[in-house]
Amino acid sequence: MTTETKGKGASRRQFLTGAAAIGAGTVAAGFARAAEPDPLITEVQDWASATGAGVDETPYGLPIEFESDVIRRNVPWLTADPISSINFTPIHALDGTITPQGCAFERHHSGAIELKKEDYRLMINGLVDAPLVFTYEDLERFPRENHVYFCECAANTGMEWAGAQLNGAQFTHGMIHNMEYSGVSLRTLLEEAGLDAAGDLADKWVYVEGADASSNGRSIPMEKALDDVLVAFKANGEALRMEHGYPVRLVVPGWEGNMWVKWLRRIEVTNQAVESREETSKYTDTLADGTSRKWTWVMDAKSVVTSPSPQSPIKHGHGPIVITGMAWSGHGRITRVDVSTDGGITWQTARLGSTQGATKAVTRFYLETEWNGEEWLLQSRAMDETGYVQPTKAMLREVRGENSVYHNNCIQTWHVKSNGEAENVEVS
Amino acid sequence: MSKSLNLFGGATVATVVVLTGAYNFADRFVEGLPSDAPVLEATEANPFFSLVAAAEAAPEHVGKYGLGRVALPEEIDAWNLDVSPDGTGLPEGSGDVLTGETVFEDNCAVCHGSFAEGVDNWPKLAGGDGTLADKDPLKTVGSYWPYLSTVFDYVHRSMPFGAAQTLSADDTYAIVAYILYSNDLVDDDFVLSKENFADFEMPNKDGFIIDDRAEAEYSMWRAEPCMENCKPEVKITMRATVLDVTPEEEGAADEAMAEPAEAPATEMAAAEPAAEAPAAAEPVAVAAAAIDADLAAKGENVFKKCKACHQVGDGAKHRTGPELNGIVGRAVGGADGFKYSAAMADHGGIWTVEALDAYLADPRGNIPKNKMSFAGLKKEDDRAAVIEYLKTFN
Repeated sequence: MTTETKGKGASRRQFLTGAAAIGAGTVAAGFARAAEPDPLITEVQDWASATGAGVDETPYGLPIEFESDVIRRNVPWLTADPISSINFTPIHALDGTITPQGCAFERHHSGAIELKKEDYRLMINGLVDAPLVFTYEDLERFPRENHVYFCECAANTGMEWAGAQLNGAQFTHGMIHNMEYSGVSLRTLLEEAGLDAAGDLADKWVYVEGADASSNGRSIPMEKALDDVLVAFKANGEALRMEHGYPVRLVVPGWEGNMWVKWLRRIEVTNQAVESREETSKYTDTLADGTSRKWTWVMDAKSVVTSPSPQSPIKHGHGPIVITGMAWSGHGRITRVDVSTDGGITWQTARLGSTQGATKAVTRFYLETEWNGEEWLLQSRAMDETGYVQPTKAMLREVRGENSVYHNNCIQTWHVKSNGEAENVEVS
Repeated sequence: MSKSLNLFGGATVATVVVLTGAYNFADRFVEGLPSDAPVLEATEANPFFSLVAAAEAAPEHVGKYGLGRVALPEEIDAWNLDVSPDGTGLPEGSGDVLTGETVFEDNCAVCHGSFAEGVDNWPKLAGGDGTLADKDPLKTVGSYWPYLSTVFDYVHRSMPFGAAQTLSADDTYAIVAYILYSNDLVDDDFVLSKENFADFEMPNKDGFIIDDRAEAEYSMWRAEPCMENCKPEVKITMRATVLDVTPEEEGAADEAMAEPAEAPATEMAAAEPAAEAPAAAEPVAVAAAAIDADLAAKGENVFKKCKACHQVGDGAKHRTGPELNGIVGRAVGGADGFKYSAAMADHGGIWTVEALDAYLADPRGNIPKNKMSFAGLKKEDDRAAVIEYLKTFN
């Protein structure tokens, strides 16, 4: 379940107050010497004496209560109704690369539906040799693959086009998650139905459609469909969550999240794009002269510092600090991430969390450095294996004008203040 | 639509017919056997019967794994509803502007406005002509959508919100005709049909280009980036906290809750039985005791049809429809702060179980010209269940 405001953890306001106090009080460099023995060490604590929870207490575990502020959040004013809306992954509080399903963002057009495996049917029709219907069990009998991919909504960072607007990485960049999917390649299923009837595949399409009331449908060129698209039924090792399309969703690596049709019920081989609502009225990009780009499927390289950030201020004293964030590209692997603390005048190359960044998946980056209370204009800049360098917002605006909604992959700036707080700002 | 039908060769037609029979038997059994349905042998009633039959008797299914079964024409017809720009997939039918106005008022106006001008944050469907190059373009069906097929397809399959796939083909043609009329694109005597559909060209038909980022952006931005002295100076030009539109995540409401969290918890616990005890003597308790929990649970499921517009429970607010806490026994048109239609506001009376049942059976017939765009619950059992569920919020 998503929630707008729930969470028993310290409020951000309390957090910031605390951070400010610590920042001001702990200025001494080098090893701190405790004035008095720490009672957490010198006194026997309850948990070191009494017993804890038994193995029969929690058949399926949720995060410990102290982490209850690490939750999806939404922005109520964004949409007319929470049933057709979006919420955001708490990326400011996560590390590594895999997003837990329980806090991975949701985007529904007619709400998340409950569809049993027994009631699940997947139809392949259109220009195929034999139109087929698969049950869920059928899908599990095809050869299976596992891949980690990011899924990013095309509107991620969309509210920032007009200027710095939402104060937190969760809100500016949280329409993304990164999971390991288990499923069957779409190619396998299409070949099972037979593509001889389609003739020359170069100009053919597949139209994919969901079973929910929105019947969200998108057209995907056959080349992509036969490349790396996955019909997935597991994420991070367990069944998909209802909100992510249980029991079966489409995974379209590197391409905008809207195409990752949830509750996938139909795949139609066609000789033209359907030009559905979600590929004409929405998910198109209007340029300065009023013409609009369509079929802007690929998510370009992008990165963001997740900590420190407005929701994850610096709470420790001066000295060593770990700057961390995430980077991803729909064109392939992330090869390098640079970090600037002066708003882009000078850059240092960060350390990638894994030496072999996976293709079309999130890469974690770290920059271990020192912070001594100076103000920072903190930025990150990703490069991918095609040599593409993440642009500034000014560069994007110069090409696209000011009326874009989607595909904002600009460099993000956090203004880190001397008390450790951080704010979303736009810089020259 | 139905493109695949011609893929069945003549030799396989007989197979398909046989399979149709097998599927229908199995399917009917699974759905719950109607009293006049043929009596089936136990083996035939096995829901897997049709799958096995398909796999064995369908020579055209030459997939490497032989998994799945051949889709039947009726099944393809039921799901293959998408409509393409050239008109592929359009059903037979037609509709005129005036009919469309009525159907639109009944089904769409509650969110999109009587003149397709949009209500609250719901999409505007009309207007915005010539604004696409402006600072804040108004993108509507008339000003932005390149193909009329998209309008038909979306309305027919995905609308109305909360009651998708309930509009007939004729009603959909009529609604599309009315949306065109709202955009000043046709006259009031216009009739849209399958036959003239493909002739209609949308104003922004040529307003789209295929993704050109490779040329317009990648060619410039695939370059070794600057590392030092990349610009002479940096200034902050905008701050998010100035706008102050970020939701308070554990904000005011939660802090207020958090403050008394520890101590008053025991007070609340103590207060609960105290509150219950006097209530036991009140008529309210009788209503509570009378709730059929199983029926209410079924009603919760039925209520999914209502949830797009109505909220119940803690924190329920008015949405497209009024919140329904305490609806059983409430005055008709009596929710504070909700903008009712004149028909509902002036109706008078109390929402008794009987009144709700009659209204839910036929919302528009029961209270003509009220603005709830819901076809109603035809099954008496569904109505009883959902009313029982609503009682739990009294």
